[in-house]
Amino acid sequence: MTKKLKHSGAWTVLFSILSVAYIFPIALVLINSFKKKAYISRKPFAIPTDKMYVQFQNYINGIEKTKFFEVFGWTLFITVFSVAAILLCTSMCAWYINRVINAATRTIYYMCLFSMVVPFQMVMFTLSKIANMLKLNTPWGLIIIYLGYGAGLAVFMFSGFVKSIPLEIEEAAMIDGCTPIQTFFSVVLPIMKPTCVTVAILETMWIWNDYLLPYLVLDIKKYKTISIAIQYLRGGYGAIDMGAMMGVLVLSIIPIVIFYLCCQKYIIEGVVAGAVKG
Amino acid sequence: MGKSMKKYFPVFVLPTLIAFTIGFIVPFIMGVYLSFCKFTTVTDAKFVGLSNYVKAFTEDGTFLHAFWYTAAFTVMSVLLINVLAFAVAMLLTKKIKGTNIFRTVFFMPNLIGGIILGYVWQLLLNGILMQFNRTLTYSSTYGFWGLVILMCWQQIGYMMIIYIAGIQNIPGDLIEAAKIDGANGKQLLKDVIIPMVMPSITICTFLTLTNSFKLFDQNLALTNGEPSNMSEMLALNIFNTFYGRTGWEGVGQAKAVIFFILVALIAIVQNRLTRSKEVQQ
Repeated sequence: MTKKLKHSGAWTVLFSILSVAYIFPIALVLINSFKKKAYISRKPFAIPTDKMYVQFQNYINGIEKTKFFEVFGWTLFITVFSVAAILLCTSMCAWYINRVINAATRTIYYMCLFSMVVPFQMVMFTLSKIANMLKLNTPWGLIIIYLGYGAGLAVFMFSGFVKSIPLEIEEAAMIDGCTPIQTFFSVVLPIMKPTCVTVAILETMWIWNDYLLPYLVLDIKKYKTISIAIQYLRGGYGAIDMGAMMGVLVLSIIPIVIFYLCCQKYIIEGVVAGAVKG
Repeated sequence: MGKSMKKYFPVFVLPTLIAFTIGFIVPFIMGVYLSFCKFTTVTDAKFVGLSNYVKAFTEDGTFLHAFWYTAAFTVMSVLLINVLAFAVAMLLTKKIKGTNIFRTVFFMPNLIGGIILGYVWQLLLNGILMQFNRTLTYSSTYGFWGLVILMCWQQIGYMMIIYIAGIQNIPGDLIEAAKIDGANGKQLLKDVIIPMVMPSITICTFLTLTNSFKLFDQNLALTNGEPSNMSEMLALNIFNTFYGRTGWEGVGQAKAVIFFILVALIAIVQNRLTRSKEVQQ
C-alpha cells in the first residue's frame, strides 16, 4: 500500500512538470509582451529587466495597429449569432426531416452527411464569389454562410438525438391541440438541450478560431476577425512588429482561457458527447 | 402525425435548406464544373476538359511535393498523437492526485485558434533554433518537425479526453475477472482494454487523420510554406495556386477536387478498417 502511494506521488510530480512545460509556450509569449521589440527576436528567453522592460507599450501598439477592440467585437458578434442561428434552424430542420420521411427529406439528410467529408478548399473559391455576388460579404451575411456550411455537422448530430426521442410524447402534445411549432418549442426543444450544448460548443470552437472562411468571404477592408487581424499584423505592415504581435497574441488568448476555466465542465462533456456521436 | 406536419416544411426546413444551398450545394457543384474550365472569375469560364488536372501534376512539382509532405506529416502526427494521448489517458484514469488539473491544462490548447498557435510556437521554436544559428524556415525539415510538435501539443489533450471517456466506460468487473484469471499488465492492455476502447480509437484516428491532412492555419502561420514552398502542405498549396498566380484558378480548383477525393477516400477506408475491429458489447 505504501509503495503504491509513493508511486502515485511520483506520477503527480512528473505530470506537474509536464503541465508547466505545457503552459510554457504561452507563458513565453506573455513574458515577451513586456519586452522592447528589438529584444524579442534576439533574446526570447530573457526575463525583461529594466533596459528591456516597456510596460504596456506593446499592448498599446498592438491595439492601435489591429483596432483590437473593434475586431474582437466583430468576432464575438459573428460567433454568437452564427451559433444561435445554427442551433435554432438546424434543430428544427433535423426534427422535421426525421419525422416526415420522404425522398426530399432523406436527400437533405444524406447531403448533410456528405458535406461533412468535403474539405473547405473544395468550395472556397466558388463560395467566396457567390457570397460577393449576393452581397453576403458583411458580418450579417457571414452568419448565413456559417449556417449553410455548418449545417451538415449540426443536422447530423441533432438527427442522432431526435431518433431516440419516443414518438408518444410528441403525439400526446399534438392530440392536446398543439401545432407542430408549439410542439417543437414546448416539448422537443427542451428535451434536446444536452445536444444543443454539445453542438454549440463544437461550432463555437470552430467559428471563433476560423481564419480562411471569414478571410475569403468578408470585405476585409471594413471587417476583420481576430485571426485575420493577427495574420495581417505579419503581412500588412512591412517588417513584422514583434512587440505588437506579442501584445495582441496575449490579448487574444486571455478571453479564451477565462471562458474555458468558467465552463470547462460543459466544454469537456460536450467534446466527449460530440465524439461519441460523430 | 406526418400529415399535419407536412405543410410546415417552409418553417422548419427552408431556412436551413436555403443557407445550405448557398453555403454548400451550389459552391460544390460549381466547383466540380469549374475544375474542367479556364477562368479568373466565375462568369468567364471556358470549358477546357482535363487540362487543369494534367497541369496540376506536370507544370511544377509543388503539388506532388505537397502531397508527400502532407502524407508524411499525417502519418507521423496520427501515430504520435494517438499513442501519447492514449498513454496519458491510461495514467490519468489511475488514482493520481491532481488528475483534474492535468486534464484541464492538457486540453486548453484546443480552444486557441491555429493562427495564434502558429505564432506562439514560431517564437519558441525560433528562439531554440537560434542557439544553433538556424531558423524554422532554414529547411523544410525544421518546419516539418515544428508542425508535428505543434499539432501534438494542440491535439493530445482533445484525444486524451475521448480516450479517458472510453477507458472509464469499461466495466470494472471485466478487468477484475481478467486479473483473477491471471492476466498480467501487458495481457490486460492488449486483450481487454484496447479491444474495449476500440470505438474511441476509431474516433480519435479519424479526427487526427482528417485534421492533419486538412491542416491549413498552423501551416500558414508557422512557416507559410517557406523556404520556397518546401514546407507547404496540400491545403496551403491549393490556396496559393488559387490566389498566388492569376490564370491558375482552374488548376487550383482541379487540385481541390483531387484533395476532396483523397479526404473522402481516407475517411471511408479508415472507417471500414477500424469499425471491423470493434467488439460487440
